Amino acid sequence: MKQLFTFVKKEFYHVFRDRKTLLMLFGMPIAQIILFGFALTNEIKGSKILIVDYAKDAASQQLITKLSSSNYFEIEKSFADHNQIEAAFKEGKIKLAIIIPQSFYDDIQHFNKAQVQVIADASDPNMATTLTNYATNIIAGYQSSLSPTKKIPYRIVPQIRMLYNPELKGAPNFVPGVMALVLMLVCTMMTSIAIVREKEMGTMEILLVSPFKPVFVIISKAIPYLLLSVINLIIILLLSVFVLDLPVKGSILLLFGASTLFILTSLSIGLIISTVTTSQQSAMMASAMGMMLPTMLLTGFMFPVENMPVPLQVLSNIVPSRWYYIIIKNVMIKGLGFSAIWKETLILFGMTVILLGLSLKNFKNRLA
Amino acid sequence: MAEPVIKTNKLIKRFGNFVAVNEISFETYPGEIFGFLGANGAGKTTAMRMLCGLSAPTSGNATVAGFDVYKYPEKIKQNIGYMSQKFSLYEDLTVTENIRFYAGIYGLGNNEIKEKSAALINQLGLQNEVKTLVASLPLGWKQKLAFSVAIIHQPKIVFLDEPTGGVDPVTRRQFWDLIYDAADKGVTVFVTTHYMDEAEYCNRISIMVDGRIDAMGTPASLKKQFSASSMDEVFYHLARSAKRSAD
Repeated sequence: MKQLFTFVKKEFYHVFRDRKTLLMLFGMPIAQIILFGFALTNEIKGSKILIVDYAKDAASQQLITKLSSSNYFEIEKSFADHNQIEAAFKEGKIKLAIIIPQSFYDDIQHFNKAQVQVIADASDPNMATTLTNYATNIIAGYQSSLSPTKKIPYRIVPQIRMLYNPELKGAPNFVPGVMALVLMLVCTMMTSIAIVREKEMGTMEILLVSPFKPVFVIISKAIPYLLLSVINLIIILLLSVFVLDLPVKGSILLLFGASTLFILTSLSIGLIISTVTTSQQSAMMASAMGMMLPTMLLTGFMFPVENMPVPLQVLSNIVPSRWYYIIIKNVMIKGLGFSAIWKETLILFGMTVILLGLSLKNFKNRLA
Repeated sequence: MAEPVIKTNKLIKRFGNFVAVNEISFETYPGEIFGFLGANGAGKTTAMRMLCGLSAPTSGNATVAGFDVYKYPEKIKQNIGYMSQKFSLYEDLTVTENIRFYAGIYGLGNNEIKEKSAALINQLGLQNEVKTLVASLPLGWKQKLAFSVAIIHQPKIVFLDEPTGGVDPVTRRQFWDLIYDAADKGVTVFVTTHYMDEAEYCNRISIMVDGRIDAMGTPASLKKQFSASSMDEVFYHLARSAKRSAD
């Protein structure tokens, strides 16, 4: 036990003496939260739009006011000719054009039905979809403000509620993603580098010849990074609560429990990498290419997994962070309890057991 | 004569069809400096790993410090020291931290560690460098420190795997003073080297060729046996017959 303590102390020396890495480890989550929170956001605000209003009546005015009062749109011009639309798109001045026909008010009055044309610049399909959604919602909102005065039979008015994230903010999506990314990076990359460093320096041989048990080497290597990860986790949560106004709705205990499990998963991956690589550089490359990329791409926080081709969807199942991401979203954003995440937890647990067993076996074979 | 510290009898290690170590038998005694020579790929490292309890032999018998290599590799580890050409100190730790770490993982008590590290620092004349990071020590000092750390737990045997690689002759000579000092205190020194002048410093030498021990004896007796004027000649004479190429 005392030997273990000696070893852990040594590991902390390594961690604290390497100021640059330490700074990176703590700076990274902060930078990522701030970047994703304020710079890289899926929300599109203040898009310039063109409105061609042929109706020029009270109803069209109301609709235009509604559109311009939302902070999604900024009206570039509102009494333009439809011939100007294409030119404006080509010049890149506008992202969306809305045409209100001449008979707008009459159609509403007499036929209970009116048309509005929405034209979007689909050269960026995501933005086009998002903007048309915003516009459709606003128009629907205007429509429902009319309907109480009208008695129209058989009309179905969808009442849309955006659960858990009514303002459609980006933070609920990326905070869990950043958590997965940071934990993965710290645990997988740093542990594998820390172990491979001993091999590269030749000190691993000495440790193996000593009575110190190889399993203890692993445990002592893991402890400092486990601690760093927990600190990182706390930093991310504090930032998300106080800077991004994203409270933790579910149980903090459950959140930390699941995170600890995920940290273990990442540590075992780091171990496997450390057994198959011999230099710090290749360990770093293996962690970056093997873990960072799949984590970023296949977890679902950047690109929805559901839209991916089937082979990629299948592949995403073996990416541990995908399951961790679901757990965190459920607990943190939706405030659900363990009953909602037991399946994902079980999958993660199974992965950890397999990975840990594999890495321990590999570790013994390779080094001893 | 005293009980042998290392005793092997027809020790064999096979990797598939490849016989890395082929029926080696030898004994070493307390306080002896035993030179373990051989070209690259002759099987020195594999033999050493078996003696350190790192890999199990395919067949044959061996005891190290009185313990069987098959049954008690952990006991062996407690009784041996090891130093390789890559040194074995942590560059980002200070002199004291390195000493305490290695003493610590061998399970020495706190008081013992304090005493030992003070004695060691005095012996090496490192009083002014205790808080210096090992990275900034000169190579010769690092090497001496590494050796002293390797025997801090007073092992019966210390294995030195090409300990003086890349070091100038003066520093090498000083390093050998430390080795003699340890041997005088009864530690068996098992050393591999490529420097034939160092081979002359050993009490007894074995020369491995293609996994076998082809010659063994004191430097003087070997030179006489092969009617050579230096260990260099003896080594070339034997190594020429090797069929295995160096890896």
